[in-house]
Amino acid sequence: MMMSLSKKVTLYTLLIISALFVFLPVIFAFLMSFMNSQDAMMGKIIPSVWTLDNYVKAFERLPLLQFLLNSLIISLLIMIGQLIFSSLAAYAFVFLEFKGRDFLFYLFIGTMMIPFEASIIPNFQTIRGLNLIDTYPGLALPFLATAFGTFLLRQTFKQIPKELKEASEIAGIGHFKYYLTVVLPIAKTSLVTLAIYSFLSAWNMYLWPLLSTTNDTVRTVQIGLKQLQSQETVNQWGVVMAGAMVVAIPTMILLFLGQKKLQKGLAEGALK
Amino acid sequence: MNIEATMKAEHNQIQYEKVKKYQRKMDLLKGLLFLSPSILLFSIFVFYPMVRTVYLSFFLTNQAGATTLFVGLENYKDIFTSPIFMKSLTSTLLFVLYTVPGTVIISLLFAVIANEKLKGIGFFRMIYSSSMGISVAAASVFWMFLFHPSIGFFNKILVQLGLDKIGWLTDPEWALISVSISTIWMNIGFTFLILLGGLQSIDSHLYESADIDGAGYFYKLRRITIPMLSPSLFFVTTISVINAFQTFGQIDMLTKGGPVNETNLIVYSIYREAFVNYQYGTASAQAVVLFIIILVMTVIQFKLGERKVHYQ
Repeated sequence: MMMSLSKKVTLYTLLIISALFVFLPVIFAFLMSFMNSQDAMMGKIIPSVWTLDNYVKAFERLPLLQFLLNSLIISLLIMIGQLIFSSLAAYAFVFLEFKGRDFLFYLFIGTMMIPFEASIIPNFQTIRGLNLIDTYPGLALPFLATAFGTFLLRQTFKQIPKELKEASEIAGIGHFKYYLTVVLPIAKTSLVTLAIYSFLSAWNMYLWPLLSTTNDTVRTVQIGLKQLQSQETVNQWGVVMAGAMVVAIPTMILLFLGQKKLQKGLAEGALK
Repeated sequence: MNIEATMKAEHNQIQYEKVKKYQRKMDLLKGLLFLSPSILLFSIFVFYPMVRTVYLSFFLTNQAGATTLFVGLENYKDIFTSPIFMKSLTSTLLFVLYTVPGTVIISLLFAVIANEKLKGIGFFRMIYSSSMGISVAAASVFWMFLFHPSIGFFNKILVQLGLDKIGWLTDPEWALISVSISTIWMNIGFTFLILLGGLQSIDSHLYESADIDGAGYFYKLRRITIPMLSPSLFFVTTISVINAFQTFGQIDMLTKGGPVNETNLIVYSIYREAFVNYQYGTASAQAVVLFIIILVMTVIQFKLGERKVHYQ
């Protein structure tokens, strides 16, 4: 179907205005991260001289590389944990029939209604009791199981034809082997979606790392940014922005690469 | 049919039942095995903390969080007579009211225009979803600059227009609104992606037949797009409400609950009570209130949703 020229022009105008509206905060921050402090103080938008000083200073002032590494390790731990545990759970809900399955399924739904923020006090005490404050496991453990991930994968697993399972039973393939060699490869796309989503959420966590880290060896980059921001005085905006860019760019790239998958996967997992 | 054959058949039947029973037992065992990691983790980090929070809310505690004295409902009496907590509840409700419609409506507009088949549309989709990839901490830093009293973008525009500067984050009249604006921005990315996914799954035949009938753009929007999109809209509204009640990061970065507790949203209030004032009992009572609010919200939304939402 051809679109009329006037409709095209209207649409592009709307698209561009909205895009500017959304992306302006990022553009300002990006430009400011290359500014010297004078330009920032004067309230310039485009730097008169482009400089990398802010990035150098941000890395000098904080062990940003260590923070990035910490964030990476924790996010990978959470991502892998969620992939394994929720795919196992989803398999049970789809391919195994047993008494109490429905009850357990509702129990999983129930976990989505209990906000982590409301149960933060006992969780903090548990992790402290296990001596896991300031450790990677302490940061990752509470997030390894996910009802959302389980639903998302259950949705995909349900679409695998039943005949395949019957055939594999005749061939004498057990559940675990079927899960590993048939189900997981078929569900690759959904697994990637969940991987991206869980990595993004883990990388962007704020409250839990704030509570469960007290020193630089395990601190995540988000809390590092908070430190950077609270140390700064007004003439150091460039350094804070440089720090924010270092924090935001990895996940933005990941989001752009996985956007199509996320869009499809999230809609499916969330709605059916 | 001779007797032998009947007996054999019966015997087979019994064997079959036995095997089936055994199989069912094995399936239960295997099911629990597959589910055990999740069940274990949920028990330790979701269900136990829930029960423990309710328990703690009936006690006074020492600094380490150990219970010292049973006080019954005293903590609840305390928080509901505390002007600070009541203020926190009002602020939180206002915050939900400010952010949820804003997020959903703006994201819906973006999703509708980004669903057109145009050259370069992928680029625009990327931009609209971008805030999903930006953490609360980074986004807060961006907005802190925009709200900055002297060099911030908003005040510079006001000055250009010959208006007075506004203390976006320091003026009690504006602080909650400012935090809400930045929150809407942070939530647009995710909401947009879900709604776009919803739009793309609408059957294009519906539009084609509407075109044949000569239906206009807004007629189609009202009669096809919105009804068909209602499950997605319902979902993002629920998620947005729950997210709004759980807001913490931007408060900690932008206002620290101030000015005069104006932005002291409920999770921030819990955090402060527990980890700054070490009042675990009252903090737990607040957490129970948060839990009940979210539970009630979810139930109401599902009840409403069942009636209003059009599922394919």
